[in-house]
Amino acid sequence: MSTETNRGFLGTLLSLFDIRNVIGSLLAVYGIILLLMGLFGDPEVDKTGGPNANLWAGVVLLVIGAVFIAWGLLRPVVPDAPGSSKVNEDK
Amino acid sequence: MQTSILAADTLIQANAVDYLLIAIYFAFVLGIGFLASRGMSNSVDFFLSGRSLPAWVTGLAFISANLGAVEIMGMSATGAQLGLPTVHYFWIGAIPAMLFLGVVMMPFYYGSKVRSVPEFMKRRFGTGAHLVNALSFATAQLLIAGINLYLLGSIVHALLGWPLWVALIVAALIVLSYITLGGLKAAIYNEVLQFFVIVAALLPLTLLGLHRVGGWDGLTSKIEKAAAANPDTIAPAADQLNSWPGAALTGFNSDFLSVVGIVFGLGFVLSFGYWTTNFVEVQRAMAADSISAARKTPIIGAFPKMFVPFITIFPGMIAAVLVTEIARTKAGEAVAGGASGEGVTYNDSLLYLMAEVLPNGLLGLAITGLLAAFMAGMAANVSAFNTVVSFDIIQEYIIKDRPDDFYVKLGRWATVAATAVAIFTAVLASNFSNIMDYLQTLFGFFNAPLFATFILGMFWKRMTATAGWTGLVSGTLAAVLVGILADGTLGGLSVGVLPLSGQGASFVAAGAAFVVDVAVSVVVSLVTTPKPEGSLKGLVYSETPKEDLVDAEDAGRPWFERPVPLAGVALVLVIILNVIF
Repeated sequence: MSTETNRGFLGTLLSLFDIRNVIGSLLAVYGIILLLMGLFGDPEVDKTGGPNANLWAGVVLLVIGAVFIAWGLLRPVVPDAPGSSKVNEDK
Repeated sequence: MQTSILAADTLIQANAVDYLLIAIYFAFVLGIGFLASRGMSNSVDFFLSGRSLPAWVTGLAFISANLGAVEIMGMSATGAQLGLPTVHYFWIGAIPAMLFLGVVMMPFYYGSKVRSVPEFMKRRFGTGAHLVNALSFATAQLLIAGINLYLLGSIVHALLGWPLWVALIVAALIVLSYITLGGLKAAIYNEVLQFFVIVAALLPLTLLGLHRVGGWDGLTSKIEKAAAANPDTIAPAADQLNSWPGAALTGFNSDFLSVVGIVFGLGFVLSFGYWTTNFVEVQRAMAADSISAARKTPIIGAFPKMFVPFITIFPGMIAAVLVTEIARTKAGEAVAGGASGEGVTYNDSLLYLMAEVLPNGLLGLAITGLLAAFMAGMAANVSAFNTVVSFDIIQEYIIKDRPDDFYVKLGRWATVAATAVAIFTAVLASNFSNIMDYLQTLFGFFNAPLFATFILGMFWKRMTATAGWTGLVSGTLAAVLVGILADGTLGGLSVGVLPLSGQGASFVAAGAAFVVDVAVSVVVSLVTTPKPEGSLKGLVYSETPKEDLVDAEDAGRPWFERPVPLAGVALVLVIILNVIF
């Protein structure tokens, strides 16, 4: 499908665009924000009934985000030769 | 708690951090649309995302496409009102049909290389059935997109205080930009992203809510107390805390009929009709990278789907005992307030629970989750609409034989047009919300006969083209007739001859549609000429070589990568869930 000239560019784009990196970075960013809220913000325990919900949710999101990014790094997507739109995992 | 809500201008008070979380999400969504627009050059890319996605991505997109406004608000509302029997919409009304789609039907869809469900209709039955299916589907998508957009806009209004029309236009523009830029691939990527955001939003809400009411025991004892205090208005606690026989859900007096109604009406006809023929869903599986991945799409989707009730129905049940406004509504009082400002309804359960238990920060995440779900719901409707309009209506009947990129451009314009129409139907929905409910019930009627026609057509080669469209039309008419004879299903149109109302009536209507469709199809087939042998390869079971229906590479794979054993595991799990609850 794509021409050979932009294959290198396309490869970089594909790895950035890998859905695992997208999910991982969004969840990690959310995790960091909630973690900071949990550490420095008002925990509003009257609403949560005790636990510092932002803190805990932040930690969990950060871990899940990291797992997705690690998965993307460990088993990257490799674009096939031009003429095929298939993308194979785990090459 | 109550004073803080009444004193505020909006139902939920968001602060700067909450807005930041929302803004980050929108940046990601638009970024995906932009990136997906690179490396896309032909119509298969735009409409079926190059058939290149792995099964876990399409599997999550498959359930996310359905995890829209109607599902999240509707299921939490029904949960608040009726309790546990609502799980039937998932464990009976979705999982078996999703597994059936993956195991039995997907090989025909994927193997025949059709680009849409109506196109399969055309190859099997020819023009009549194709046109009926394509037109009814396209119209339904526009109306449902409008409902999604309206709910999206009304929630933005309730949460952030923006005027409804501003919220509608902004939401529509964002959905429009990411679909026109990236096509189906952007829509699917966003759906997968949305799945994680919605779980991250609803899971803390459920856990904190459950903590506040004192865990499962606290929840059951509070539901029992509320039911005992208001026996006239609230369903008995035993009905709310056990999924079977579900008489409160169906409205049938007899437990036996209630079970039959749920299993046959909801579980068989309605849900099989919806999940196996609805192109919004099937399109996600068609984007998979192999026949095996396509079959696994709905099967993988079944696993998270099983657990969605815990984060949609449970918050509703919790809200009904924890949030004063919802509890009073349930006791039969008219309570001022609500997202619309015109009184609290069960639809507001989730929003009130969010205001009740979530601190700022998590609150922003929850708002993002809801916005994401409603936008993805609308995007799914619009992207299915533009495929059907470009290929099934315009290319087939109006402007034939143009080069491929003409239809890609056309698809983009169809998206713009669909979005504009959706804004219009959203405004319509805001003025006539009841009419939209009835229209949805009506479109539910289209699904039941569709399933009958598909399943007969796939397994009975004698079935003729004429039988295809006459079966569809008569089945739909039968469903509408039951709707009219029942009590209140179609509002003023219903005459109330049959003592049926609510969901029970829909189940009976669906059953009638199925039976009439099969009967008419069989009779008409016997008196008309079947399609010639050989033209049905890949479309009918007995005419298709077995090796075309399976992926040759599957044999060497471990059991958890093969569709059929995976489906077996899902079925066992869902039976266990039914036994527990």
